[in-house]
Amino acid sequence: MIDYYAKVSKTHASRRKIKSTIMLMACIIAAFIAILPLLYIFFYTTMQGASSLDLAFFTELPKPVGETGGGMANAIVGTFILVGLGSLIGIPVGLMAGIYVNEYSKSILANLVKFVTDVLSGIPSIIIGIFAYGVLVIPMQRFSALAGGFALGILMIPTITRTTEEMLKLVPHSLREAALALGIPRWKTTLRIVLRTASGGIITGILLAIARAAGETAPLLFTSFGNSFWASNLDEPIASIPVQIFNYAISPYEEWHRKAWAGAFVLICIVFIVSLIVRLATRNKYSQS
Amino acid sequence: MDTEEIVKDILTEDFQNVDSFKMDKIKHSVETESLTVAFNGREAISDVSIKIRGNAVTAIIGPSGCGKSTFLRSLNFMHDLTPGAKVTGTIKIHNKDINEYDITEVRRKVGMVFQKPNPFPTMSIYDNVVAGLIMNKRYKKSRLNEIVEKSLILAGLWEESKDRLKVSALALSGGQQQRLCIARTLAVDPEIILFDEPTSALDPISTSAIEETLTKLKKEYTIVIVTHNMQQAARVSDFTAYFFLGKLIELGKTRTIFTSPKEKLTEDYITGRFG
Repeated sequence: MIDYYAKVSKTHASRRKIKSTIMLMACIIAAFIAILPLLYIFFYTTMQGASSLDLAFFTELPKPVGETGGGMANAIVGTFILVGLGSLIGIPVGLMAGIYVNEYSKSILANLVKFVTDVLSGIPSIIIGIFAYGVLVIPMQRFSALAGGFALGILMIPTITRTTEEMLKLVPHSLREAALALGIPRWKTTLRIVLRTASGGIITGILLAIARAAGETAPLLFTSFGNSFWASNLDEPIASIPVQIFNYAISPYEEWHRKAWAGAFVLICIVFIVSLIVRLATRNKYSQS
Repeated sequence: MDTEEIVKDILTEDFQNVDSFKMDKIKHSVETESLTVAFNGREAISDVSIKIRGNAVTAIIGPSGCGKSTFLRSLNFMHDLTPGAKVTGTIKIHNKDINEYDITEVRRKVGMVFQKPNPFPTMSIYDNVVAGLIMNKRYKKSRLNEIVEKSLILAGLWEESKDRLKVSALALSGGQQQRLCIARTLAVDPEIILFDEPTSALDPISTSAIEETLTKLKKEYTIVIVTHNMQQAARVSDFTAYFFLGKLIELGKTRTIFTSPKEKLTEDYITGRFG
């Protein structure tokens, strides 16, 4: 009798162990599949791109077909300008909309905003480009950095709004009560206690939005258009790294293909460095010990 | 007879024996008249009229769901945040209707310490204490230092924290965090402090530290404490109010409530027949 039970429990135990091992293996494999493309993209871009990088790439304008050398200086600066313009629109609007949706969640308008941002985040970016084209390019009668920045800003809004809302939701209600009980007015409670507590997650959301905007090509094709020279004004067409990559990549010239790879590598590095700087600048200044 | 003497009188005499003349003379810090709080139409407390004495500790006891916390939270407009909450009746602070004050003014006069320690996680110990001050107006650095020291000493946290004021508040233990919350409340210099089960999440040592603080505070402040722990009510309070099913059943001197309550309901609860 005793032997029988021992046997049963032994087979049960081993069966459970096998199940557990299989599940664990499945998870590990899935994790590998998830990071494999990322690592592949990163290494392949570095391999292809880093070799074509030189100082001229950062300081010189693109050279015409047939001439070697030249760089993407105007496109690099252009991307910073476009993303900067986009951030000027996207961050304040997204942030404040997120605060409104979470802190005043009972109002009809808040629910409407929530629904619309969900829809907006699902809209293909090229449609947003068309929107910016209709709103800014046609009335101004020209492609411009402003139109490109506007398109990127619209693109950033839903991401920032939703992450802000989600992060604010995680701030415990008791913290708001504590602040209010000290006689701190509600708007100050929101800005200086609640927002500050959620800042880590919100910054991640903003960085994601910036990274996405920095790599967008489609909405820039018919808003900022591209420029082989320096743009002297925000109402002129302006070059950007993704559009430049696109133009170089579809060309038949070997030299331009190499430049496209270098551009891709630089773009990845910019996103990475900007994230790092923002993280370092906004980390919590108090140690826990 | 001046007020102070009358207060003393009441504290020593049996509560029921104080004549009405004396009762009227006393300055009540907080007073409610037929206070009713309803959430989405369901009444959590109904028709509560109570007078809470200054410079004394009043404990509010009663079984779960009897409206103790609801009552306490109504005293500093905490129901403002809750959707569907409706407060009717009058609340008077120093004989002045609560609605005549500005809402943030009431909250500064009436501090509150919550059940779970809730220091601001992104701030240092120092910043936590001064949070309520610097977000309302500008202070001199030296003045702030003074207030921080005074508040932490009064809350019984100074010795443990004076060398690490710039460290995150989350580095403190649960009991220390709760004392920090008390210090933070004291810093804005309230007149009345509400405690909503301040020790129910703490260990016995932290609990006794906080009870000691309560007794110290009573000299300068009016204290109302909600507690589930009847021994605690007996230890720290001068007056005890018993709530049941959203109604105030009895208010009296703590000794009287615990030895010879007037109401049968109170007696049943005190003797542990239910609740």
